[in-house]
Amino acid sequence: MSTAPVPDIEFRGVAKRYGAVTAVSGIDLAVPPAAFVALLGPSGCGKTTCLRMIGGFEQPSEGQVLIRGKDMAGTPPYRRPVNMVFQQYALFPHLDAGDNVSYGLRQLRPRLSAREISLKAGEALAMVQLAGYGRRKIHELSGGQQQRVALARALVNKPAVLLLDEPLAALDKKLRTDMQIELQNLQRELGITFVLVTHDQEEALSMSDFVCVMNRGSIVQVGQPSEIYHEPADLFVADFVGKTNLLAGKVERRSGELVEVMLADGSVISARSRNGVASGEAVSVSLRPEALRLGASEQGTFQGIVRNRIFLGSTAEYAIEVPALGTLLATADHQLSQDLFKPGEPVAIGFAPGAPLAFSGVKENGEKQRETKNVEIVS
Amino acid sequence: MRAFIVAVFAFLYLPIALVVLFSLNAGRHASELTGFSTQWYGKALANPFLVEALKNSLFIATTSALLAAVFGTAAALGLARVNIRTRTIFDALLGAAIVVPGVVIGISTLVALVQLFAVVNPFVASIWPGSTPPRLALGYGSIVAAHGLFSMALVSMIVRTRLGSLDRNLVEASSDLYATPLTTFHSIVLPQIMPAILAGFLLAFTFSFDDFIIAFFVAGAQTTLPIYVFASIRRGITPEINAIATIVLCASVLMVVFAQLLLRKTKPSH
Repeated sequence: MSTAPVPDIEFRGVAKRYGAVTAVSGIDLAVPPAAFVALLGPSGCGKTTCLRMIGGFEQPSEGQVLIRGKDMAGTPPYRRPVNMVFQQYALFPHLDAGDNVSYGLRQLRPRLSAREISLKAGEALAMVQLAGYGRRKIHELSGGQQQRVALARALVNKPAVLLLDEPLAALDKKLRTDMQIELQNLQRELGITFVLVTHDQEEALSMSDFVCVMNRGSIVQVGQPSEIYHEPADLFVADFVGKTNLLAGKVERRSGELVEVMLADGSVISARSRNGVASGEAVSVSLRPEALRLGASEQGTFQGIVRNRIFLGSTAEYAIEVPALGTLLATADHQLSQDLFKPGEPVAIGFAPGAPLAFSGVKENGEKQRETKNVEIVS
Repeated sequence: MRAFIVAVFAFLYLPIALVVLFSLNAGRHASELTGFSTQWYGKALANPFLVEALKNSLFIATTSALLAAVFGTAAALGLARVNIRTRTIFDALLGAAIVVPGVVIGISTLVALVQLFAVVNPFVASIWPGSTPPRLALGYGSIVAAHGLFSMALVSMIVRTRLGSLDRNLVEASSDLYATPLTTFHSIVLPQIMPAILAGFLLAFTFSFDDFIIAFFVAGAQTTLPIYVFASIRRGITPEINAIATIVLCASVLMVVFAQLLLRKTKPSH
C-alpha cells in the first residue's frame, strides 16, 4: 500500500505486551482513506489487539498508533474519532433501539437539539433498514436486527474509521451473506474507512479492498484479496487463505524463480518460488484445487482414484487419493452430467505450468490450522 | 424419613403460625382461643411506647440502610478496580463480617464506641468555646453506625456479584461512543447495578428493623421495636405482642421477597 495521502490509520513499529507475553510486535501498517481493510488471522494472532489499540481500549507498549496523522498516545476512547461494532454488539439492555443509536449523539458538546438527535437517529436506523424500530427493546430484536442497531449506533456519529470486531460471527450463513453485501455498500456510500477483524478468510477476501494477514502477533502479508490468494507470501498464508493441496518435497535444482521439486512419489515438478528457496531444502508445494485438471487419459502428472465427490451445481469437488502423496482436493467444472467423475474411478491429474508454488518449510500439525476454514466441504 | 421432615418443619414454623393465630385471638390469654378479633392490632398501635419504639426502628432502619447502600456500593465499585490480592483480602473480611455472631459485633462495637467517646469527648470539651460542649453518647447514632457497618458488608457483597456479571463491553461501548467515565458510570453502570443496590437496601433495612442483639448492646437509652418487645415479654406474653410480631413478620417477609425478585428478575441479557 502506498501512502500518498495522510493514512486514516497508521501503525508505526507497534508492539503490545501483557507481562511476559507478547500479543503483537513489529506492526507497521498504513490504511489509506476510505478503504475497506480486513485483519485476517487465526484466533490469538493479535488482530483483535490491533483493533483495540485503534479504539483506545489498549495502549501500545511500543511504537505509535496514528489516526488521520495524529498520534493517539494517551487519548482515551471517548476522544477518538472512531467507533466500534463489538463482537457481541454490546447494546445497552436498559435502553431501546433508538436511545442506543442516539447515545453517541447525546454526548456531543455543544449539545445537539433533541429534534436533531432524533432525526439523525431515525436516519441511521433507516440506513440499516430498521426504520420504525426505534422504540423496540433490545431483547425484542433478533440477532440480525441487533447487529444492525449496533451498526447504526456506530455509524450515526460519522466516525473517521469504523472498527468491526468479528461482527458477523454470531449470524447464520444466510444473514451473514446479506450483511456482507450491506456492509460493502455502506462503506462505499459513506466513504468511511472500515477495519474488519475476522478469522473467516472467505469473509475477508469477499468484502475488503485490502487484506492484512496476521499470524503469531505479526503481519505476514498485506495485499489485495486476489494477490493474497494467488501470490501468498509464505506457507502459512497459502494454507490459511483458501483451500490448497500442500505436497512435501525437496528442491533438486533452482534457476531464478523456478525450482525443480522432487515429491514423495519420486516425481519431479517445476514450481515458482517467491522467497528464494535453496537447493536441497525441504519445501511444500501448494496447488490450488481449481488449478488441478482432471482427465480420463494417462496424460497427467499424477494418477489417482476418486474417493469422494461433492456436487456443487456448476462445479464439483473431488477428493482424489494419489499413491504416496495422500488425498488431493480438486475443483472441476463440467458441461454435462456425463463429464462428472464417479467415486472409485481412476483419474489422471494435471495442472497449469505456472500453478505450483514452492514455500520453504513443511506444515507441522496441519489439522489445527485447517479447522476453521474447511467447513464448506462438509456442508 | 418423611415424618422426620414434617417434624422439622413443624418445629420451625408452627410457633410462628401460632403467633399469627393468637394475634387474632379475642381473649386476653395467650393459651386459649376464645374467638376471632383484630382488637389487639388496634391496641398495639394505640400504645404510645410501642409507637415510639416503632418510629425509632423505622428511622434507624432507613438511615442505616441508606448509608449501607451508598458506602456498600462505593466499596463494591472500588474493589472491582484494585489488584486481585487486595480484593481477596477484602472479600474474606466482608464474608467474615457477615458470619461473625451478633453478640460479638454488639460487644465489640460497644467497646469500640466507649473507647472512642472516652478520647473524643474530653478533647472536644477542651477546645469548645462555650460552656456546654456537645457530648457523644450511645443512642440513635451508635445503633445507626453499628447497623450501617454490618449492612455495608451485605450490600457490597450483593453489588459485587452484580458487577461481576456486568458485561465489560457495555462500559467499553459507552466509552467508544464519546461518553466520559462519569457519564458512563451514571448512564450505563448505575442502571445496570441499581436492582442489586435496591435489593441490598431492602435486606439492610430488614436486618436493622429486626435486629435485637446488636441494638441491645449499643442502644443506650433508646428503645427499638425488638428491644421493646423483649422488655414487654418479661411482663408476660400478651396478644398485643403477638400482633406486633405478626406486623414485623409480614413486613420482613415482604421486603425479603421483593429483594429476591429484584435480584432474580434482572439477570443481564445475553
